[in-house]
Amino acid sequence: MSDLLLPPELRYAGIIEARKNEDGSELSILNLGPTHPATHGIFQNILLMDGERIIDGEGTVGYIHRAFEKIAENRPFYQITPLTDRMNYCSAPINNMGWWMTMEKALGIEVPKRAQYLRVIVMELARIADHIICNSVLGVDTGALTGFLYVFQYREKIYEIYEEICGARLTTNMGRLGGFERDWSPLAFEKLNTLLEEFPPIWREFENLLTRNRIFMDRTINVGPISAEKAISYGFTGPNLRAAGVDYDVRVMQPYSSYEDFEFEIPVGKSGDTYDRFCVRNEEVWQSLSIIKQALAKLPEGPYHADVPDYYLPPKDEVYHNMEALIYHFKIVMGEVPVPVTEVYHPVEGGNGELGFYLVTDGSRTAYRLHFRRPCFIYYQAFNEMVRGQMLSDAIATLSSLNVIAGELDA
Amino acid sequence: MALENSVILRTLTDQFGSAVSDFQQIHDILTFEVESNSISEVMSFLRDNQTMRFNFLTTLCGMHFPDAAKERQFSVVYHMHNWIDNVRIRIKCYLSAPYPEIETVSNLFLSANWQERETYDFYGIIFKGHPQLKRILNMDEMVSFPMRKEFPMEDGGRTDKDDRFFGRTTDNC
Repeated sequence: MSDLLLPPELRYAGIIEARKNEDGSELSILNLGPTHPATHGIFQNILLMDGERIIDGEGTVGYIHRAFEKIAENRPFYQITPLTDRMNYCSAPINNMGWWMTMEKALGIEVPKRAQYLRVIVMELARIADHIICNSVLGVDTGALTGFLYVFQYREKIYEIYEEICGARLTTNMGRLGGFERDWSPLAFEKLNTLLEEFPPIWREFENLLTRNRIFMDRTINVGPISAEKAISYGFTGPNLRAAGVDYDVRVMQPYSSYEDFEFEIPVGKSGDTYDRFCVRNEEVWQSLSIIKQALAKLPEGPYHADVPDYYLPPKDEVYHNMEALIYHFKIVMGEVPVPVTEVYHPVEGGNGELGFYLVTDGSRTAYRLHFRRPCFIYYQAFNEMVRGQMLSDAIATLSSLNVIAGELDA
Repeated sequence: MALENSVILRTLTDQFGSAVSDFQQIHDILTFEVESNSISEVMSFLRDNQTMRFNFLTTLCGMHFPDAAKERQFSVVYHMHNWIDNVRIRIKCYLSAPYPEIETVSNLFLSANWQERETYDFYGIIFKGHPQLKRILNMDEMVSFPMRKEFPMEDGGRTDKDDRFFGRTTDNC
């Protein structure tokens, strides 16, 4: 039996014993997590420590596994959106839109331009909310609480925009197959415009607070670095890969929802360390703001959803007064909609990287198989290698800058 | 010049003959089948060959087909991506019940490590040569493989969710 199959504490006991006999040094085992305030999520790391230095570690994940893939095989298609919310709950709208786009690809539905632009706006808002949390919490973990409190209120403002669009804030369950459930209200646009005015100076100030801050730089430069080759092999995507210097972005490689209509840049880092990841995310926020502005300026008039009565719930007013609408409403709610036998893979650029949906249908009312490519789950396995030989406090900063979201990790 | 599907098809057929088969374009991705004992060879060829250059293993996942023939009851589906020409492919390997086994690709792509553990955890597919093939999301003491189709999602004794009232039985839902 391979040594690695043993529980880490047993494996490490042997190493500790050997080192003690060898040079008398005393190694120790540190249990970081599962509920540790610095891990920002429920996952455990069992670390073998030499004083403050990490010699080896093993992560245990799965503490909040909720069997989403199994549930998805037993639910009609529109009931899967709430599951996607709960994966990366920091940027739920991206997950929702990604799932709808997967279904639309499987069914061959063309989404009107206005709905596509609105989707781009809400997805970029979600990316900003995601990066606000990640970067400001990195500040907290390195000892700067002020920036966090300062920018966190803007996440709140973004949530107010979600609330205006769909009624929910954190787990949004936003949109419908073919577009949105309703057109955005004037108040939603008003709130969006206020955010676009008020947020940039705040974000600039936040950057000023940390980017050239000597303490912050000392705590993050050369901490938890990863080379581009290693990052690609480990399946890194998103800001963490771009920090290592690879300009891979699904929005550019495989534009969806009209991303090809917008001008934006892909920031890349160089060394793949915590500081680069911080800077890449900072710059991505500016790019997202620019995309939102462009989308608002070019926002076309027209329908906010595709004309697909087989899949799109009829207006409530008609459901109450019209037989056919009632029948359609019932059929759609019960999942009795025509679905072709096919398989699709649809990637979107999530807050943490390529979020993919691999859907296999067999013509019944549920998915035969739905696999989520969860970026966190794939890149988190590199964590132990990234922190090996580093200090414990560096491991915390690395973990924070990787933006590991437990919901996405465990599905 | 972008990598054409026909080039992929021809190169792979020349190289591996009957081990690769059933090429088809499903939506935007070229899909084909690879015999399970050549998967490691095919994937390292796809990664290292100068025309193929599939440098990225996007994802891998298991599937279960309880109604299929015995040799094709399980499958592992790999998605690979060539970032230089921006081409994706999907590779399917069918495995036989009741003890599905396949070579690991975690030596080719480090990202396969946890994904293979996840597939083992949920489908009981053994990845030969995997350095640490143990459960990852479920607890170690578990004995069943929960993503297999025969594993019930909920307690069968529940009476508050009876789908028969909507004309459905366990067979047609």
